[in-house]
Amino acid sequence: MSDTMNDSMVARSVADQDWRKLASYGTITAFALIFIALSNMPVALDDFDLIADRFSLGDLSLYWLLFVVGLVVGKEVVLEGMAIHAKGARDTVAGAIAGIVGGAGLSLLIILINNFELRDPLVNWSPQTLDKLSVGGSTGSGVLLWLVIGGVLGALGGSMHVLPSRIRQLVTMSAMVVLLVAILETVLSDISESIGLEPLADVIYAKRGGLTIIGVLIIAASAAVYAWWGHSSVKDAKQRFQALEGPERARGNFIAFAIVGVLTLVLPMLVGGIVNELLANVGLFVLLALGLNIVVGLAGILDLGYVAFFAVGGYTTAILTSANRGDSWPDWVPQTGWFVALLIVVLFAAITGLFIGAPVIRMRGDYLAIVTLGFGEIIRLLFLSDWLGGYTGGAQGVTNIRGVNIFGLATVRGTDPQAVFYLVAVFCVLAIYVSWRLEHSRVGRAWMAIREDESVAEAMGINTVNTKLMAFVVGAVLASFSGAIFAAKVGSVFPTSFIILVSIVILVVVIVGGMGNIAGVIAGAVVLIGVLGGPRQPGLLQEFSNFKLLIYGALLIWMMLKRPEGLIPNVRRTRELHQEEFLQDAWLKGEIDTGDEPGDRGEAAPA
Amino acid sequence: MSGERLLTIDNLSVTFGGLHALRDLNFHVDEGEIVSVIGPNGAGKTTFFNMISGMVTPTSGDIIFKGESLLGLDPNQVTARGIARTFQNVRLFANMTILENVMVAQHCRTKQGVMGSLFNTAAFKREEAEIREYGEKVLGFFGSRLVGYRLHQPASVLSYANRRRLEIARSMATKPQVVLLDEPVAGMNPKESEELTGLIGKLRSEWGFTIVMIEHDMGVVRDVSDRVVVLDHGETIAQGTYEEVSTNPLVIEAYLGRPAEEAS
Repeated sequence: MSDTMNDSMVARSVADQDWRKLASYGTITAFALIFIALSNMPVALDDFDLIADRFSLGDLSLYWLLFVVGLVVGKEVVLEGMAIHAKGARDTVAGAIAGIVGGAGLSLLIILINNFELRDPLVNWSPQTLDKLSVGGSTGSGVLLWLVIGGVLGALGGSMHVLPSRIRQLVTMSAMVVLLVAILETVLSDISESIGLEPLADVIYAKRGGLTIIGVLIIAASAAVYAWWGHSSVKDAKQRFQALEGPERARGNFIAFAIVGVLTLVLPMLVGGIVNELLANVGLFVLLALGLNIVVGLAGILDLGYVAFFAVGGYTTAILTSANRGDSWPDWVPQTGWFVALLIVVLFAAITGLFIGAPVIRMRGDYLAIVTLGFGEIIRLLFLSDWLGGYTGGAQGVTNIRGVNIFGLATVRGTDPQAVFYLVAVFCVLAIYVSWRLEHSRVGRAWMAIREDESVAEAMGINTVNTKLMAFVVGAVLASFSGAIFAAKVGSVFPTSFIILVSIVILVVVIVGGMGNIAGVIAGAVVLIGVLGGPRQPGLLQEFSNFKLLIYGALLIWMMLKRPEGLIPNVRRTRELHQEEFLQDAWLKGEIDTGDEPGDRGEAAPA
Repeated sequence: MSGERLLTIDNLSVTFGGLHALRDLNFHVDEGEIVSVIGPNGAGKTTFFNMISGMVTPTSGDIIFKGESLLGLDPNQVTARGIARTFQNVRLFANMTILENVMVAQHCRTKQGVMGSLFNTAAFKREEAEIREYGEKVLGFFGSRLVGYRLHQPASVLSYANRRRLEIARSMATKPQVVLLDEPVAGMNPKESEELTGLIGKLRSEWGFTIVMIEHDMGVVRDVSDRVVVLDHGETIAQGTYEEVSTNPLVIEAYLGRPAEEAS
């Protein structure tokens, strides 16, 4: 495409730069890099090798921004009717300049650290960070080095725009796939071991973690081959799938669903204990997120105290099934089976949902969010209090919870994460079914109407209080399932397992994944909980545990700015957030009606 | 033409702080009537509608519908008793499809809950089909504009006039006895308002609705109203047929102001 437009393109000289833009982007990068360095990320993440002994996640944390800033300053919004600028040396230079300014931030940091006593206020700073920054050399060489690195990476980023789009796609794809394969090392080497591809894994991965150089080359080459030949056909297939309608679409969906289902069933058998543990955690959060998705995504009730229902599920199960005898807490030990307990859990969760919902539901918007936040804490404090201490054990919690005895056939407990995963998966399927059925029913429509405009929904005959309460209760029951499994899995519950952070994380999962979309919510849980880790659960990148919240926050901000509808968006929500673009598209396709003469579409009004 | 008394409003007043939005209003509608409420801006017309539909609680007085007081009822209960309304500033569920807009309005006439939809019971399926069928029937009232491929488009793509039509369709879908139309032809061109005037007549003759309508377009008011009530500063200043009202000096004064020599 770029070839045909050459006539209208205007080339610009190297000196013709948007200096203000370069300075501002460069400075932002500099500050971000200083922040990253001072947060100790480069050192803490250094243990995770992406390429064995050569390039670690810690290195990546310092380098990626310099590349990205080069890429960003070269980006240009093409405005209709305005001259299109040819990409060339100018963009490479622009990237280099922004990169140098960014790199100068780290140079400045090295100088400051060497000349002033800054260690006191900067608690995360360690001597290793300085080592890492000066890359083994002296202060002077470190200062210079970062200017050079900044320049080179920025120039590389900027020159991405110079490449033909096909080549650019290829390079991006290769880099992304290499990164992905490096991050998923644990999972992939487990799988290759189970399906007899161990020799291949040995070639790709080094013994002490990280990809080998040969591995990088193999993966990059195969990704490039895919990008060059395979990508367009996959894209075509996807478009064909999306163009399907009616029963064919339903069949397509069913096939996709079946494939995902089978993979979900097979995956735990192929991976080891650590990954199974991760999967079980992801499953617990998928269940929670699906429940919250009904409350927030469908009914539009921003519930910040959702952890309350998780806690009720966990504690009820714990108290009912714990095998602790009278000599230790708690006093009352009914020792029921897990499935019997589950019935009581559902009942309890529904009652708690009604109890919390009744006062809260009459409020709207921000007020409601704040009040739910309060109730979330109240429930936790109740479990911690002396008043219920006889049952809940206060700060000591309830321990010795028996696993799930499945009709004498098997016992599911934390020591067998694979079984836990399958148990969670069953409940996730249930939650998916509930979400899917309800969304397209009378109740679901009422929830949507309330989300759109509560007063009008009420004027149209919807009992908003009851309908919202129903959403609250359905969400509460789903969360309590997750709590019940959590208690059986961990074997003990403590008030600290149900801190407010859990609510926040579930909400972030829902928002990042795509509010109102079941697949989105699952994707969100896999990415956030599986890779980064949950509030107390380690993820695939265990090194991230200290920076989890930082990354959650950064991701959330980036999402809100660039893709507020989430990873896999809900159609309706996208429409809502991009109303103008949507209307423009509809207008272009001729779907919007402008003229409005009576009988404009042929037939007269039926009698 | 008019049947028995349907809606009676008795000495109704509402004050917002020190402002009398409505003062000692008396009003009634008989079954099968089309009554227009007119008055200058700020006369209290929309407040009057909000009060009937339960969105604003009156300070004093009573609203009686089919022999029962509507005071203290929530808007959804009022709708369930058979009073539906439209809004002056069109308030559709913009991101729901056109069909969903009329389906959701039948909420208070249906009863399938969570369990029905989870187990996909026969009753649930039957009800869904009925809701859908009735929704399409209501949309069909406006010709082919809101049906066909439009059914599954979001309401936000509709043109202004069609949004007004969909709002009327949505109020019809609640299966009301009385429909309150808040400026149904506002913003429409003369041709469109003429057509809608005809449809308002049909709402009574074919669907059997009783209609109370706020309208500024005097042509429409003249063509369809059995009776016109004029509000000014929250009080009824005149009522009667269009001819009676349009020649009433008080009404002319409310709209045009008093001649200068009298005002001094």
